[in-house]
Amino acid sequence: MGKLLGKLKTIASDVGLPLALISGLFLQSCSESNRSTAKTESVDEDVAKAVYVAPGKHDELYSFLSGGFNGQVSVYGIPSGRLLKVIPVFSQFPENGYGYNEETRPMLMTSHGFVPWDDLHHPKLSRAEGMADGRWLFVNGNNTPRVARIDLTTFETVEIMEIPNSAGNHCSPYPTNNNEYILAGTRFSVPLDLAKGGMGDASLEEYKDKFRGSISFIKVDKDKGDMELDFQVLVPGFDYDLANGGKGPSGDWVFFTTYNTEKARTMKELGASQNDKDYLAAINWKLAAKYAAEGKAHEMPANYYHNKLDHGTHKATSTIKKKVRYLLPEECPGMMYLLPAPKSPHGIDVDPTGEYMVVNGKLASTLPVFSFSKMQKAIEDKAFDGEVNGIPVFKYDAVLYGEVKEPGLGPLHTEFDGKGNAYSTMFVSSEVVKWNVKDLKVLDRMPVYYSPGHLMIPGGDTKEPYGKYLVVMNKITKDRYLPTGPELVHSAQLIDISGDKMRMLLDFPTLAEPHYAQGIPADKVAPNSVKFFKLDENTHPEAVKKEADASVTRQGKTVKVNMTSIRSHFVPDNIEGVQVGDTVIFHVTNLEQDWDVPHGFAVMGADNAETLIMPGATQSLRWVPKQAGVYPFYCTDFCSALHQEMQGYIRVSPKGSNVPIKFSSGEKKPVPPPNGGPASAGIN
Amino acid sequence: MNKLSRLLMFLAALSLGLLFLSPMWKIYLKAPQYPEGLEMHIWVNKISGSSESVLQNFNILNHYIGMEPIHAESFAELKIMPYIVFAFMITGAIVALVGKRRLILYWGVLLLIGGAVGILDFYLWLVKFGTNLSPEAPIKVPGMTYIPPLLGRKQLLNFEALSLPSTGSLGILLALVFAAIAYYVSRKNKLEEQTLITT
Ligand SMILES: [Cu+2]
Repeated sequence: MGKLLGKLKTIASDVGLPLALISGLFLQSCSESNRSTAKTESVDEDVAKAVYVAPGKHDELYSFLSGGFNGQVSVYGIPSGRLLKVIPVFSQFPENGYGYNEETRPMLMTSHGFVPWDDLHHPKLSRAEGMADGRWLFVNGNNTPRVARIDLTTFETVEIMEIPNSAGNHCSPYPTNNNEYILAGTRFSVPLDLAKGGMGDASLEEYKDKFRGSISFIKVDKDKGDMELDFQVLVPGFDYDLANGGKGPSGDWVFFTTYNTEKARTMKELGASQNDKDYLAAINWKLAAKYAAEGKAHEMPANYYHNKLDHGTHKATSTIKKKVRYLLPEECPGMMYLLPAPKSPHGIDVDPTGEYMVVNGKLASTLPVFSFSKMQKAIEDKAFDGEVNGIPVFKYDAVLYGEVKEPGLGPLHTEFDGKGNAYSTMFVSSEVVKWNVKDLKVLDRMPVYYSPGHLMIPGGDTKEPYGKYLVVMNKITKDRYLPTGPELVHSAQLIDISGDKMRMLLDFPTLAEPHYAQGIPADKVAPNSVKFFKLDENTHPEAVKKEADASVTRQGKTVKVNMTSIRSHFVPDNIEGVQVGDTVIFHVTNLEQDWDVPHGFAVMGADNAETLIMPGATQSLRWVPKQAGVYPFYCTDFCSALHQEMQGYIRVSPKGSNVPIKFSSGEKKPVPPPNGGPASAGIN
Repeated sequence: MNKLSRLLMFLAALSLGLLFLSPMWKIYLKAPQYPEGLEMHIWVNKISGSSESVLQNFNILNHYIGMEPIHAESFAELKIMPYIVFAFMITGAIVALVGKRRLILYWGVLLLIGGAVGILDFYLWLVKFGTNLSPEAPIKVPGMTYIPPLLGRKQLLNFEALSLPSTGSLGILLALVFAAIAYYVSRKNKLEEQTLITT
């Protein structure tokens, strides 16, 4: 019997293989899914183990993905691809009241008014000695030019600064190796009015003469991280695309790709694609800083916002800056050079040694690699090929190290593994290509899903990359997940790069378009995480630190409620004396001193948001009741078994009524209870 | 009493100082949602926790079952106890100076009694807090009391409570051991002295 079964099995497998082959051929000939079949085949069977992080265990790395047009940063664990947090930066966030409550609204103020959204492209981790130090994350707002700083002890946006004389803050924010400066370059050039300040009025026909770009040098406080716009370099009126800093020998330099050196102003898809070569702009930031310090800088009027969140009060304040200093490259010899680069280059990436600058010419068929030492020699030899606005242009051959031949179609971005290899995304041919930086030979190719954009190797832009993983982010995704209507979720793929061949590990969905990401080993960030704010250190002017101090006061047409929350009640929870048309401001202090016990506050009919108050913090919500009635308010964050009971009422009487202000929490009992805890302490 | 036993007696008095440097007793609470645990530290003169907000978090949990909030002010003992310990330290030092062997015995026995009374008092605190619950408590489990164990482990609803003496108590133990050795050593010396005289 057993023998017979064994025989049958061998026959079945003999027949099975040809059958599978035939059906495979048949499927390929009649379906369009052969492409995705090929991709599925490139996934090993044991990859699940490589990304599995057991329940309760932590990921190896944090990764910070930009959310593009959602104006947020999303934090993922690597290798699991689990979403850990969404950090609102330039967008209002109803989940916690960011940008809605009184404390955080000033964060979104700009010279254009309150701008509660932006297009966030590039997260960059702060650095020490050229390595990510896990203290802060800098991000750019592309649309209304802004640079923000996120504090990685709290994962909160703590500072947003507007960038004057900029339009489309795209090549931004690039930190030098010790955060001496954060550099932010403009994508669009605009007419600048140097006399009156800011953008001028000019005819579009005057583009060639009147439009200019700017590159901003933002100083960062060594200890606190606070930013300050030190000066700007006013550059020719091209479009500036991406930037990256040097390291090691090139540590004093920062590089910017440019396009539209034609200075076209209309139908740029054609107009800006005529010149065979655009430029890679090289700026010696140290020399620029020296020139600025030595008085080469001019001053012009400006009008830009600088918003900061205070540690103690958890309140943001806006300062309006009225001046900006600027340098003109033609007056600062040796500060800026142009390297001819293939047409419309996109990413510029400097390898870990600091010697090689890879320019990703998205329309070029080769990938040029420039040599920093050749560039230094070309400066010595004056190997120039003319100049633009007084900025010397190098001879192509004098600075070129070599070209990667047939790397793929549409190279966009490159990062490095620290073992002498580079990885480039190919937008058109939809793949990641691994090549050797020294001999420029292609080593491996990994097909990725439709149209990759940026890729990220944790620390891949630093001196010592963490060459184990590569995250490649989509520009356009099609069928990675169950369909969700016309709009599909954006996505990232995790690739193992520890071996000779790349290994596809995981797809994970992302929020909005993940333009770029940064990764860092978890142990550089996790140990510094703040668990709660110390109530003693809360210096919010409206904070109430004991239930006995809670109050409701009227000042003209404003009613101020200074309220406390603790599991599982508010003090006060009965409020009367508010009238229709009053402005009620709830200042809620969360008295908890425990990890992950925020309390929410929401009132019926509020037309802004709820707010979420972290333990030990105070947050304030503005509410203007429009109708008389008794309005419930409650805690929105499930905080304990008695969370549902964490609620109260506020009575709104008609305008002009004579109901006095009255508030309480817990009624006085006729017979005092034997054990009067705080819950039943009467406050009248 | 010879030099050695005097020295030992000084050490015994000094050991009690440990009570001011470290908690006498620790109560640990552990539950799945508190993986890092909650630790209450009972000192001779105060109540604290493994971090400054632990007591508040203890009280938040306790208020669901109607337990009275625990504050240092809740215990008159915490005000008296330091003086008692001081008294033992001073009298211990005096015994060492005076050098009368019998005093060591009295001192040791008194300390032993003091310690026993302390433990009994501590147990009574626990009973008071664990049983004297508010009739208005949100969570009432019929027949349930919440007396933490005096020593060892006990399950209290979802919490596992563990109660153990801590370094401070070691001070009392050391004091008793040093006093016992001092007593013993002086006895030996007494014998030697006697033999010296008789010969
Ligand atoms: Cu709550």
